[in-house]
Amino acid sequence: MKLKRKRLITDVLIIGGGTAGCFCAMTIAENSNLDVMIVEKAHIKRSGCLAAGVNALNAYIAPNETPESFVDYVKNDSEGIIREDLVYSIAKRLNRVIKRIERLGLPILKDQNGNYVQRGKRSIKINGENIKPILAEAVLTQDRITVLNKVNMIDYLKKEDKIIGGLGFALEENVVYEIYAKAVICATGGASGIYRPNNPEFSKHKMWYCPFNTGAGYAMGIRAGAEMTTFEMRFIALRCKDTIAPTGTIAQGIETYQVNSKGEPYVNKYGESSTATRLYATVKENEIGNGPCFLKTKGIKEEHEKELFKAYLNMAPSQTLKWIETNSGPASENVEIEGTEPYIVGGHTGSGYWVDTNRKTTLKGLYAIGDVSGGSPKKYVTGCFAEGEIAAFSVIEYVQDRQIQMLEEDEVETKLKEINRFFKNSDSPYSIGEIESAMQKIMDEYAGGISARYGYNEAKLKVADERIDQLFKLCYQLKATDMHELLFIYEILDRLYICKVLIQHLLARRETRWKAYQENLDYPQKDDNKFLKYVNSRYENGKIKILFRDLVGRDEFYEHSNQKR
Amino acid sequence: MNFMSIRIKKDKCISCGKCLKVCPGNLLYKDEDGKAFIRYPEECWGCTACLKECPAEAIQYYLGTDIGGQGGYLYISRDKEYLNWHIVDKNGRKKTIQINKQESNKY
Repeated sequence: MKLKRKRLITDVLIIGGGTAGCFCAMTIAENSNLDVMIVEKAHIKRSGCLAAGVNALNAYIAPNETPESFVDYVKNDSEGIIREDLVYSIAKRLNRVIKRIERLGLPILKDQNGNYVQRGKRSIKINGENIKPILAEAVLTQDRITVLNKVNMIDYLKKEDKIIGGLGFALEENVVYEIYAKAVICATGGASGIYRPNNPEFSKHKMWYCPFNTGAGYAMGIRAGAEMTTFEMRFIALRCKDTIAPTGTIAQGIETYQVNSKGEPYVNKYGESSTATRLYATVKENEIGNGPCFLKTKGIKEEHEKELFKAYLNMAPSQTLKWIETNSGPASENVEIEGTEPYIVGGHTGSGYWVDTNRKTTLKGLYAIGDVSGGSPKKYVTGCFAEGEIAAFSVIEYVQDRQIQMLEEDEVETKLKEINRFFKNSDSPYSIGEIESAMQKIMDEYAGGISARYGYNEAKLKVADERIDQLFKLCYQLKATDMHELLFIYEILDRLYICKVLIQHLLARRETRWKAYQENLDYPQKDDNKFLKYVNSRYENGKIKILFRDLVGRDEFYEHSNQKR
Repeated sequence: MNFMSIRIKKDKCISCGKCLKVCPGNLLYKDEDGKAFIRYPEECWGCTACLKECPAEAIQYYLGTDIGGQGGYLYISRDKEYLNWHIVDKNGRKKTIQINKQESNKY
């Protein structure tokens, strides 16, 4: 099989047509005359995290709250390790982006006075089943935005220390795209599929985070030498058992609580209730023999049950199917809960690119927004919208008077050869699926996955590191027979890079900052004297270099030039 | 294979290709007769985007037995502003839940 080359040119290239990418593209188009190209791995109508829908907007400033109190909450829930400048800039925009998505057609529940009905302190109720088609339509009505669907980006194009475009391949034609732009915005989403999942067999992709977000944006940045932050703050979701459907809908929607098999509430035994504690407590209760654990729903009114059936159909239909096909429901049975495998996702925890206050990465010409951007946990859907806007206004200024630059012919040919080798490889001793399972098993057992109850120590991490290196070699021997298999191979390669960086971050934080998310069994205590810092990293000459950086305050305007390299 | 995440009824499929387009995992392909099929069933996330897109109600969504599936399934029909979710339980009894797209969730 021979791949053809196609060259495209645009002003702004956005990689990923999801929550952040769509909002960013719309903002650029509405506020400038720039041409924008969104490159999307699937189809923007139903791609990524929001494919099935979402049933609440979880970052909202309620009438009795302020952007400042929002930052305080995120800081407290994240044990102090956040970029306050980033979270604050999001907080100040949240309610404006909510108005904007409402104008685009998202139904939001209101009371008789026209005020949003809250679901918990920072959350409002919506019908988000159709949110992705709404975003897609808003993008497609803009003449200056081009969407390239079914194209998977694999690397940035870099000239000296500047990002000048991206390289990717199509899934429905045998074509490699070389796309040049004055600025590139990475909005690919985070990474799932690094650890062995809850349901490792047939239902392996019935998981919390979108299984098709395999961390391409992180991996491209790592390979290009961008600085990354806080990978060690993994995210582990507390979910309904088996279907891995959300628990917040029940916990906040009908205001219930977690009980063990004896019917006892248990979370407060393990400290103040926080996102991490509710998960950690559930893991511990199972460990000491008090499992299974549940959300207490038995006895709720039938009308509540009916509403829950609907709410789940609007975002995680598996849960409603499971209830009804077994003639059950939350009114007659408590809902069993469990923790998921760890994910790397900057929209929930802090893992991602190290960016300045405008979301510029440490590489010239490259921005990062949404789940792939680090330092600002709990941004969720509306925080991703806000970041899309922030980057858009900065990009409009940045690209003024800039010229398109291109790579030399031989440099592009070299890159093409790297891709083509996967078609030329003679038969590999292992299948693509076997390499993926091996990676997930190593991470599960040696880097704090479900089977290790999320804990790890240095001795185990060193085994993981060595074995991930072995898998790199095997991965390069894999053979692709079509574009889809080529995609599978790159998805594994990208995750192997993420594993390498993640392991170094976990090693570097010699304390336990977050229960379950980052639990270093060699150092089971929190150590504020040494580790009230960001753990950052850069990939240089085949090695991962760790850097510790000082915390950034909420009123600071952080620029990369302020820092010693 | 009986444990597919989705099953596409070949006799109902009208070969329009809409499901191929929207699958976030690009998992659907056309067979020699031009009918849609899922090439990698274990890669399915369960988002049901393909069911919502299909104009012929040809796609059913199942739970694998490894996560408690008992042989039930769901399919979707559209009626202007409504999505009708038809859920068939393990005994073949059907329950339909109608959802207005413009109406917000209560939870």
